[in-house]
Amino acid sequence: MPLKAKCKECGADIEIPDDALPGEIVSCPDCGLEYEIVSISAGKVELKLAEDIGEDWGE
Amino acid sequence: MPDITIIFDRLRWEEKELFEKGKELGLDINMLDVKSEPKELTNLNRDPQIADIVLQRTISHYRGLYYAAILENYGHTVINSFITSLLCGNKLLTTLLLAKNGIPTPKTYAAFSMESALKVIDKLGYPVVLKPIVGSWGRMIAKINDKEQAESILETREMLTDPQQQIYYIQEYVKRPPRDIRGIVVNGHVIAAIYRYQPEDDWRTNIARGGKAEQIKIDGELEDLMIKASNVVNAKLVGVDAMETENGYVIHELNNNLEFHGAFQATGIDIAREIMSYVKELVKN
Repeated sequence: MPLKAKCKECGADIEIPDDALPGEIVSCPDCGLEYEIVSISAGKVELKLAEDIGEDWGE
Repeated sequence: MPDITIIFDRLRWEEKELFEKGKELGLDINMLDVKSEPKELTNLNRDPQIADIVLQRTISHYRGLYYAAILENYGHTVINSFITSLLCGNKLLTTLLLAKNGIPTPKTYAAFSMESALKVIDKLGYPVVLKPIVGSWGRMIAKINDKEQAESILETREMLTDPQQQIYYIQEYVKRPPRDIRGIVVNGHVIAAIYRYQPEDDWRTNIARGGKAEQIKIDGELEDLMIKASNVVNAKLVGVDAMETENGYVIHELNNNLEFHGAFQATGIDIAREIMSYVKELVKN
């Protein structure tokens, strides 16, 4: 069973891929809000709201 | 101590690939999110949690730049280095270095007031290209087609609070096919190259803006230019952008914060593995 987290905005389930790592971004499938994975351990995942795209991001 | 530390702030496809390919090559890698690790600036000892060799992979230019400066002062080797990131991340400095080293590059001016910028633009003729000196993903790059556009864009730039927006980097608009060429140069070797075709509704070719990648076998002349360009900034890992003009190739940009998902998809070349193989050599030495 893949790990799941609840979207704080709309309450939908967000599935966490098996190979997810801290720092990765996951999106709510319903409202699209983006979260950053803070930690994954012992079947628990902690999310925080992802940062907005910065002016100095990217190549 | 791990063999290598990858520093990041947002784990993109590229960082996961680098981590996976590094593991396949037998490297012990630790991932360090710079957002959660403040660093002391007044005690410059090596950090035992961080490997001697550090691969700098932040999505934010400034985070990567300053973290590289700190870790280098601690005694770690950072790829790309602080100075490489500084030079590549600043188009004004990149252009100066390309010109100084005889690498063909589009005719470019820097102007330091709106009035003098308008004079330069009139002199170059329309269309002309105005770029922020520090910027990415093609953001705020403007193709200016006439004087009215020039005035309105410059007036808007004058209103922005970032003082770097009032340093005007003005470049001739290069007549080229609807594409440019991206070469991925790792430690002085072009390991992959792609055309980047501009999308139908944009003149910019950035993959992040919808540009389409297609594999290309570059000729020896372009390969030499790309390698030379990577050497002038001492880059170990860089995306070199070139355009085809009536008078031959020009190099217009060096990207130290390399994204290579599009190039991987277009070429099938395992770029992450090539990068990590190079890094492994450094660990051995």
